[in-house]
Amino acid sequence: MADIQEKIGKLCPEAQCDASGEFLLITVPDKQWHDLARSLKEELHFDYLTALVGVDWKEELGVMYYLTNTETQEMIHVKVATTDREQPRLHSVSDLWAVANYQEREVFDFYGIEFINHPDMRRFFLRNDWVGYPLRKDYDDDPEKNPLRLDDEENEDNTYRLVEDEQGNVTRIDGKVFDDDEYVVNVGPQHPSTHGVMRYRASIEGELVKKVDVVSGYIHRGIEKMCESLTYPQTLLYTERMDYMSAHINRHCLCLCIEKAMGLEVPHRAELIRMMMDELMRLSSHLLSYGCLTMDQGATTAFFYGFRERELIYDIFDKTCGARMSMSYLTIGGVKADVHPEFINDVRHACDVITSKLKEYHKLFTGNIIARNRMVGVGILGKEDAINYAITGPSGRASGHHCDVRKCHPYSLYNEVEFDEVMYETGDSMDRYMVRMKEMEESIKILRQCCDMLEKEGIEGEYIAKVPKLIKLPAGHWYQQVEGSRGAFGVYLESDGDPKPFQKPYRLHFQSPCFNLVGVVDLTCKDNLIADLITITASIDYVIPDIDR
Amino acid sequence: MFDFSVVTNWFNDLLIGVMPQWLATTIECVIVGALLLLAYTVLAMFYIMYERWVCAWFQCRRGPLRVGPWGSLQIFADVIKMLIKEVVGLWKTDNFLHKLAPYFVLIASVVVFACLPWGKGLQAIDFNIGIFFMTAVSSLGVVGILLAGWSSNSKYTMIGAMRSGAQMISYELSIGIAMLTIVCLAGTMSVTGLVEAQQNGWFIFTGHIPAIIAFIIYVIAATAETNRGPFDLPEAEHELTAGYHTEYSGIHFGFFYLAEYLNLFIVSGIATLLFLGGWMPLHVSGWDGFNAVMDYIPSTIWFLGKAILVSFIIIWFKWSFPRVRIDQMLALEWRYLMPIGLFNLVLMAIIVSMGWHFAG
Repeated sequence: MADIQEKIGKLCPEAQCDASGEFLLITVPDKQWHDLARSLKEELHFDYLTALVGVDWKEELGVMYYLTNTETQEMIHVKVATTDREQPRLHSVSDLWAVANYQEREVFDFYGIEFINHPDMRRFFLRNDWVGYPLRKDYDDDPEKNPLRLDDEENEDNTYRLVEDEQGNVTRIDGKVFDDDEYVVNVGPQHPSTHGVMRYRASIEGELVKKVDVVSGYIHRGIEKMCESLTYPQTLLYTERMDYMSAHINRHCLCLCIEKAMGLEVPHRAELIRMMMDELMRLSSHLLSYGCLTMDQGATTAFFYGFRERELIYDIFDKTCGARMSMSYLTIGGVKADVHPEFINDVRHACDVITSKLKEYHKLFTGNIIARNRMVGVGILGKEDAINYAITGPSGRASGHHCDVRKCHPYSLYNEVEFDEVMYETGDSMDRYMVRMKEMEESIKILRQCCDMLEKEGIEGEYIAKVPKLIKLPAGHWYQQVEGSRGAFGVYLESDGDPKPFQKPYRLHFQSPCFNLVGVVDLTCKDNLIADLITITASIDYVIPDIDR
Repeated sequence: MFDFSVVTNWFNDLLIGVMPQWLATTIECVIVGALLLLAYTVLAMFYIMYERWVCAWFQCRRGPLRVGPWGSLQIFADVIKMLIKEVVGLWKTDNFLHKLAPYFVLIASVVVFACLPWGKGLQAIDFNIGIFFMTAVSSLGVVGILLAGWSSNSKYTMIGAMRSGAQMISYELSIGIAMLTIVCLAGTMSVTGLVEAQQNGWFIFTGHIPAIIAFIIYVIAATAETNRGPFDLPEAEHELTAGYHTEYSGIHFGFFYLAEYLNLFIVSGIATLLFLGGWMPLHVSGWDGFNAVMDYIPSTIWFLGKAILVSFIIIWFKWSFPRVRIDQMLALEWRYLMPIGLFNLVLMAIIVSMGWHFAG
């Protein structure tokens, strides 16, 4: 780390380094940021922008950039801020890391920070006629200002860019998203294949898709804003309402982050149960993803087969957690209750059944000539693009992006079990589908090892650590990521060390994998047919509540 | 085997005895029309339930079972619902064409339906170009679909209609060629003539290799022609929500729905007529006892049974395969089915002229 610090000092003398936190923190003025970012990416190989978090520090507004070196898996974070609250402007890095395009639009939406040289400065989630920037600490939430609007939202075709010339003067250039003579088809928000209230506006020529504009925010609930008025145990509830197909995993991440901040040790048994729940969740998610992918291509029967096996997993959740969805089982310090006495047997049974049924899936769908023609070579996402757009999870690994958090930054007990990271090369829809099918086998492998480990520990044991009734965190910020069903899920937690009894997070940001996934829809669908748009989005496999947090 | 012409002739004589010829013919036409429409509706209802049960069986579900024994009354509930639903009027559409379109589709399907050979002596009309007439009229349906897509003034319906046009016109060729192959073998286009020619062996057996190839081509093309999966691109619900009939509601949607199910029966009926002997029972030469038993089964049951069996194959396709893409669908027709069909036609012509087929 000292090595990087030295290099950064040479590249940019204005940058201040602070190595006291979990990752190296670099604070850099906005003027030097873009040059430093370029050097970080090109010379120090920090090519993966893991997270981009807008924060309001009251006296200044700014952004935290978490960067990862994909060769060494080293992480650093950079803080860039401005004191101008009236017209806050920072330099965009969307030309370096393509994922920053949508991420910066989100920051613009919630903090009003305009990004200079950003190609398309529009709000991402909120309506165009929203007044104010909700995540700012001085936001006026008077209902008079933003009443419940009963009129339709106009299509936002107007966009603008802020362009900086060589003297540093910034000018605003207005533009249009679609030209007047383009044939724009509206896909969603109510559409059978967008898997929720997602909306694309696709410009087509005949059956060829030329451009896709993502319109998001139809079920945005402002979870990050709500969390700022809740205590830590209360915030846990919302994690399961983002990607409900990786409910346990998301909750696990926030628990890990809070435990890290508290310095809390979790009992081995609790961590083991958590990990098993994570893998069961992953299995159920991939089964659903198989079902949806086949369904979107018209193979309705395969859809039911996926759902049939998923019931087994839900029955396990039902027995131990008391609910089938939104289980609320994990908690700070461990899990809420010990597992059901039949848990181990049920898990083993589910593993056996799913292993045998996987063959049936392949027989019905994978080898089918129509399915292969629909998926092979469709929607290719190269490795470089995958890293540039920060595509993680099965979709990233299909492109050859080594991004499994369980391997890169092991958490929980993933060091103690043996499994392989499934990797493919081409990055077409078929590969993305196959990664999930193979990953199910890996999850079953992990689960079987976990069953043996849990059996050794006995039927009962310590499942939760001693946790103080009132959770107070010291001032500081932490970042924790886990491998969700659809990619790396990250939590950014900042605490101001408030001494009052019910401490609330100062800033809680969820870096959801699906938000990045939706960013490649335009790239992968371009010059493909309308039917391919559906195949590609299904194979990318996003969940809308995870995009619209 | 019972000949239905005994009944019809008796009825005709009865009418002529008490009234002039023109009135008798008019009354007969009305009665036949009413009976056909009744059969049309009843069969459509049966088919909807049939598909639901078969599909449930494939998908490890139980299907409809709440309304009536084994859910058999479900369909009446569905039909009543469909009839009393509001037909939603649309703004900014060509209202006349929008309302006309479902009738095109329905009428095309009813007319072809009327030409099918229902049993021995049980046929509404018999003329010497019967099978040619069926192909010609069934093509009318595509006009209705194009109209529906265009007059709805929506982008989805438009894309669905364009796909439908491309698909139906392409696959009509294969159907036509497959039919021609059999006509070549039978030497007649008359529906009765075709059935009579299969007295001693169905064409799929007597025509051996080319007939089997023609049958396979026909079933694939017929699946496409009826817009059913894996060729259900015009309505591709996962891409175009419902394709050309997205904007229809109530009974107008019902007409499309009805015609779609009946078209499934009609293409199966034509396959039965061309390849599986129409209403002819299964006869094996030499097995006289067996043949006598087969003759006891009424001819109508034979026809319906065979048609329902062929429909089962087509339903099986739909619930097993993913949907093909538009370019792949057209490539399948123009690159594979049509050239193979043409080659097959030549093969059949050679076999017939050399007398290499089995004696019928």
